[in-house]
Amino acid sequence: MSFLSHIPRRTAGAIDVVVIGAGHAGLAISQLLGSRGVEHVVLERGEVANSWRKERWDSLKLLTPNWQTRLPGCAYDGDDPDGYMSVGELVQFLDDYAANTNAPIVTGCEVTSVRRVAERYRVITSQGTWNARAVVLATGACNRPSIPTAASGLPAELTQLTPFDYRSPENVPEGGVLIVGASATGLQFADELLKAGHDVTLAAGEHVRMPRRYRGKDIFYWMTRCGIHDQSYTEIEDIGRGRRLPSPQLVGSTDLPILDLNYLRDRGARIAGRFMRAWNGEIQFSGSLGNVCALADLKMQRLLKLIDETADRDGAPAAETFAPTCVDDEPLLSMNIEDVKSVIWATGFKPDYRWLDVDVFDRKGQLRHDGGVVDGEGLYVLGLPLMRRRKSSFIFGIEDDARDIADHLVGYLTNTLRRAS
Amino acid sequence: MTNQVTALPNGVNVEALLGAREALTEMPEAAKFVWRAVNEWKSGTHAESRIEGFFGLGEEQRHVREFRFDSDHPQIFAAEDNGPTPVEYVLVGLAGCLTAGIASVAANRGIELRSVTATLEADMDLYGILGIDSDVRNGFNGITVNYTIDADASEEDIAAVVAQSQKRSAVFDVITNPTNVTVRVNQ
Ligand SMILES: Cc1cc2nc3c(=O)[nH]c(=O)nc-3n(C[C@H](O)[C@H](O)[C@H](O)COP(=O)(O)OP(=O)(O)OC[C@H]3O[C@@H](n4cnc5c(N)ncnc54)[C@H](O)[C@@H]3O)c2cc1C
Repeated sequence: MSFLSHIPRRTAGAIDVVVIGAGHAGLAISQLLGSRGVEHVVLERGEVANSWRKERWDSLKLLTPNWQTRLPGCAYDGDDPDGYMSVGELVQFLDDYAANTNAPIVTGCEVTSVRRVAERYRVITSQGTWNARAVVLATGACNRPSIPTAASGLPAELTQLTPFDYRSPENVPEGGVLIVGASATGLQFADELLKAGHDVTLAAGEHVRMPRRYRGKDIFYWMTRCGIHDQSYTEIEDIGRGRRLPSPQLVGSTDLPILDLNYLRDRGARIAGRFMRAWNGEIQFSGSLGNVCALADLKMQRLLKLIDETADRDGAPAAETFAPTCVDDEPLLSMNIEDVKSVIWATGFKPDYRWLDVDVFDRKGQLRHDGGVVDGEGLYVLGLPLMRRRKSSFIFGIEDDARDIADHLVGYLTNTLRRAS
Repeated sequence: MTNQVTALPNGVNVEALLGAREALTEMPEAAKFVWRAVNEWKSGTHAESRIEGFFGLGEEQRHVREFRFDSDHPQIFAAEDNGPTPVEYVLVGLAGCLTAGIASVAANRGIELRSVTATLEADMDLYGILGIDSDVRNGFNGITVNYTIDADASEEDIAAVVAQSQKRSAVFDVITNPTNVTVRVNQ
């Protein structure tokens, strides 16, 4: 590693590369750029791991097991490889990584505008203006909760929470709570709210069902072992669908064999279809619950069958079976708004690029990019779902993506220099 | 011509469908369709609906010919039974949509269908439409669709085709999810 090219440049001015965001993605690419001798700075509006410090709930543990938590040049080496980190432990892990890699980070530095000016990017921040030849967007895929437009029909007096406001059952007023969304977030909330004695209704649209462990190993072990996590974005038939897939119904704990709708239903939750609208004093749900459950069951069976092929070869213990999702004969189609004291939107997240003043968005406001190479010269993104691989949005998935992007970026910098001279 | 059609898997032109999907992705306006029906009262509960034109791909379109449908009520309703009841047409719409979806999805997945039959049942309590009990709804309490499918595919693969067809079905969506209905009277 060359020493001189590595002197961090932390004051505003001309620079080769600006990386925006110091989550695991920004830290990973910074490490790789540093080792390639590329002059760069990482601009972070808050602190390292800001999203984990500010935007997560109290009980959250990582869905990914400890042994899998790794970043370029650094792997978990604690004494609980099969455990799941708490948010605090992950913050510590990322803080240590930033320190050990000497990442050139400017904290408390919010980017308010990025614009193309004279073949460079003008990056305007709360701490001055950088002029960069290339920019890496590592600002995360989950900057804002995504809430269905139909939410606007609910009365203003109703308490409405998102995963950014929800911390623990104590935030939730007594009485009925409607949780909208059946991904990891919605199921974890439902579980802890039931335990805290709330009357819980869960509105479930399409969801991804899977057991925590299968045939003696964590499900993430098998998904990696079978090559699913390494699948390239170019091999996936319906990439749009793949990128919209909700998080699997998992929790970072082995207390339960499977956290699913059956478990919540047995504990007293009412399971309804997708939230459709508030109308005439009622909240209405879709009548498609049976089908979304059938789809989720079929997909889980397909996944387990795929795993079986490898697990049989590996001589893994016998396969567990999981009962089909049990749906009421007449699932709930509507409920009185009066019976609900609060609604929690566990309906996913979306990125926030309001500060990106470059023409790189499609008609739905999503970045136009090919595997993270944005449709704008010298502009890159990291950490989006299925960006280059099935594992792109996971911590353990960043290394391969960041390496590809770093290589492309170095090529770009070299080529533009050559053209200029 | 006939030969060409039978050569297609399940009689579905998969390539044309996939091509249309790709083309429409680039032309959101062309994907905006309007479906129409004209309805005329005959006598009693008998009415006739006609269907011919619709709008799509940016311009007016026509079916190959006009289709006519009588609707009425059975004699036990003191009507003349000139045609199915309107609620039975809802079942026709649902079954037509799901079966078309099954054929298309199966073709796309390389599954050859030998036969597909569905029987549909919808429960309804007349206390609703007769206004006897305000707690009873006018419409169906529920609809059950039973498919019997003969195809060279596993049970799971067939179940997956049927599930995917529901997921992509317009009529399934219209029935399972609220839809705004505006009824106007022209002066
Ligand atoms: C609830 C939840 C649970 C998850 N659990 C797991 C898990 O168990 N395992 C796993 O591998 N992944 C998990 N993920 C997915 C993923 O690892 C996280 O979303 C992770 O935070 C993404 O890292 P990132 O670096 O891409 O973005 P972030 O961690 O969001 O980092 C982006 C950084 O950019 C900064 N920033 C944003 N805008 C600006 C701006 N304009 N100017 C300056 N700075 C800015 C932010 O402050 C933030 O620090 C989870 C995600 C969520 C939402």
